[in-house]
Amino acid sequence: MASAPNNSAEAAISAEHLVRRFGNFTAVNDVSFRVEKGEIFGFLGPNGSGKTTVIKMLTGLLPLSEGSAYVEGLDVRTDSEGIRERIGYMSQNFSLYYDLTVAENLQFYGRVYGLDPARLKQRIDEIVQLNGLAPYLNRLSAQLSGGWKQRLALGCAMLHEPKLLFLDEPTAGIDPVARRQLWDLLFELSGHGITFFVTTHYMDEAERCSHVAYIYYGKLIADGTPNSLRELPEVQPPGTLRVEITTPEVTRALRFARQIPGIRSATIFGQSIHALIDDHFNLEELREQLLKNGIAVGEIRPLAASLEDVFVELTNKHQALLETARV
Amino acid sequence: MFDLFRGFGAIFYKEALHVRRDAGTLFFSLTMPLLQMFLLGFGVDTNIRQINTVVYNADGRRESRELIDRMKNSDTFHVISYVENDHDLNDLIIAGKARVGIKVPVDYSDRLLHNMSAQVLVLIDGSDSSVAGQAINVTNAIGLDESLRRVLQDRSTFAVDMRPKLLFNPDSRSPNFFLPGLTAIMLLNVTTFLTAFSIVREKERGTLEQLFVTPVRPYGLLLGKLLPYLGIGFFELCLILFFMRFVFQVPIHGSVFLLAILALPYLFAALSLGILISSKANSQAEAMQLAFLPILPSVFFSGYIFPRETMPAIFKPISYMIPATYFINITRGVILRGAGIKHLWTDGLALFAIGTILLVLAARRFQKKVIMA
Repeated sequence: MASAPNNSAEAAISAEHLVRRFGNFTAVNDVSFRVEKGEIFGFLGPNGSGKTTVIKMLTGLLPLSEGSAYVEGLDVRTDSEGIRERIGYMSQNFSLYYDLTVAENLQFYGRVYGLDPARLKQRIDEIVQLNGLAPYLNRLSAQLSGGWKQRLALGCAMLHEPKLLFLDEPTAGIDPVARRQLWDLLFELSGHGITFFVTTHYMDEAERCSHVAYIYYGKLIADGTPNSLRELPEVQPPGTLRVEITTPEVTRALRFARQIPGIRSATIFGQSIHALIDDHFNLEELREQLLKNGIAVGEIRPLAASLEDVFVELTNKHQALLETARV
Repeated sequence: MFDLFRGFGAIFYKEALHVRRDAGTLFFSLTMPLLQMFLLGFGVDTNIRQINTVVYNADGRRESRELIDRMKNSDTFHVISYVENDHDLNDLIIAGKARVGIKVPVDYSDRLLHNMSAQVLVLIDGSDSSVAGQAINVTNAIGLDESLRRVLQDRSTFAVDMRPKLLFNPDSRSPNFFLPGLTAIMLLNVTTFLTAFSIVREKERGTLEQLFVTPVRPYGLLLGKLLPYLGIGFFELCLILFFMRFVFQVPIHGSVFLLAILALPYLFAALSLGILISSKANSQAEAMQLAFLPILPSVFFSGYIFPRETMPAIFKPISYMIPATYFINITRGVILRGAGIKHLWTDGLALFAIGTILLVLAARRFQKKVIMA
C-alpha cells in the first residue's frame, strides 16, 4: 500500500493537475482541487464537461493521463483496489437489481464488500433504520418509487461504512419531497464525518453544498464555498450592485432594461428581473423610466448573487478568454 | 490467488436469485431443447427408404416383372406408378413426384433368354445427393446380383462373400445417430444464451459499472456468473440423457458418469463463449445475434450432420476450433461406442483448453472495459 504524502493525508480527496486525454480530445484539462473530510462537495458542470470522467479517474476506473490524485490518502494510480474498499459509489441510474427484493439487494452488496454474516446483518439493520426501508424489505426493488429506489441505492453504497461517497446525479428524476429528504439524510451523515462528492444540475442543491466546484469543458473554472464564489470579482465586479426588479411584464421590462446604460446584464427569474448595475446608478430613476414606458414595477431591492449567476458569469468570462486565445 | 476471484461468492448468490426469480426463462430454456429433441428424434430418419419410383416396363414378360419385384423388395424403391411411354416417365421425375424412373426395354427378356446382355435404364433425380447415392448403390447391387445368378446358375455360393457388420447401431436407427450429436448443439445453445444475456442485462441496467467500482475482481465476477449456469447446463444434460434413454430408447453403452464428467469442460467452454459474446455486445438484441454465430459452424463443421472426413481441407482446422466437435465425439463415443476415458481424455482436455482461452480473452476484455468504460 502506497503511503500518501503528508499534505494529502488529511484530505478526503486531493487532485493535482489531473489530465485525461482520449486520443486528441482532452476531456479533463489540468484540474486541481481538494475536498476536506466531512464536506459535501458539489461538482457541477454542463453535460459532457468531464464530471463523470473525473469521478472515474478518482475511483480508479480510468487511468490518469497526467497529474496525481489521492483518495482517502491512497494514490489512485497505484492503489485503486484499496480505494474501492473505502469508497461508496451511487450512479445516476441507481444500479439496483430490479428482480431482487430490497433485502436481497442489500445482502448482495454487503457480500460484494466481503462483510462477514454477523456484521452484514448488523449493518443492514442500521441502514434500514437510517433510510426507513423497513416496510419495503421484501418488496421487489422494481416496485419501489424513484425516491425509495434512490434510498436503497444509497444504502447499498454505504453498507461497508465508506468514509467517502460519490453520488453521480443522485436526484435526477426524483420528486421534490424525496429530493429534500435525501439532502436531509446527506446532512445527517455528513455530521457523522462522511464526505460526499455529489454531482448535480440543480442550483438549489449546489447552494446546499459546503464546497462547490464548476467544471466547464474540461477546465475547472470555479472552486470554493458558495459564499466565496458569490464574492468573486468576476461575479460581482467592484462598483456594481445586483438588484431584483419585480414586475408583471418581465419580457417587456427585460427588453427595455437591456437598453439602459448602466445596466450591465439582466436576466428573467420568474416574475422578476435580476440585473447587474453600476452602483452609482439611481434606482428611483430606473423605476420612473420603467413606469413612463407603461411597465408596472413592484419592488426593486438589492440581491446577493445566486450560484447560477456565478456560473453564468464565469462561463461567459471563460468563453471570452477561449475566444481571444483562438484569435 | 483467492484475491483474484474476489466477489465470486456474492455474484454466485445473486445469480442464483436471478435464476430462481425468472423461472419462466429457465423453464423455456430447459424445454426448448427437449422440443427440438422430439422433432428430430421422431421426425427425421436419415436412412433412405421407399424412394418414389416410376416404372415403364416396355417388355412386360416374366423376367422383367421379376426384376421390378426385386427392386421393390429391396425396401429402397416404392413404385408409385406404372407408365406406358417415355414421356410420362420423364414427366413424373421433372414434376418431382418420382425420384427414380426405371425403364425396362422391350427386348429385355429376349436378350436374357439368348444369353445376351440386357440393358435397363435407371433415371435418377440428382438434386438430393444422398437419395441419388442410395439409388445408384442399390440398382448396381441388384444388377450385379442378377447377373451373377445367371452366370453361376448351378453354384450356390459366391467366391467372395462380403459380410458387412454394422457396429454400435446395428439397426441403423436415426435417433441413435442424431440425438447424441444434438445433445452437444442444445447444450451449447442454452448455456451460451443464458450467460450472454445475464451479463448484457447488467450492462443495460448499469449495474455492471457499479460492480466495477466495488472490490469485485473480473475473475470473481465471471466465475460467479458462470457456475450457476454450469449447474443449469448440467441439469439440462441429465434431462436430455433421460429422454434419450427412456423415450427414444437409445442404448447408452458407456459410463454415464464419464459422460457427465466430460460434459463439464464442454459446458465450461460454452459458457465462456457466452461471456466473451457479452463482452462485445451492448444490448440484448446484439447479444442474441452474436449468440447465433457459433451455432451454424457447430451444426455444420462439427460432424453433427455431415461427416468431418468429407470436409474440404481448409475447413478442417475450423472444425478443430469448435467445442461441439470434441463433445460430439465424446457423446457418440460414450453412448454408442462405449468408449472409456482412455479414448476420450484428449477431447476433454481440448475442451478445457478452449474454455480457458475463451474465459481469459473475456476477462481481459472486461478488465480493459473496466478501465476504459
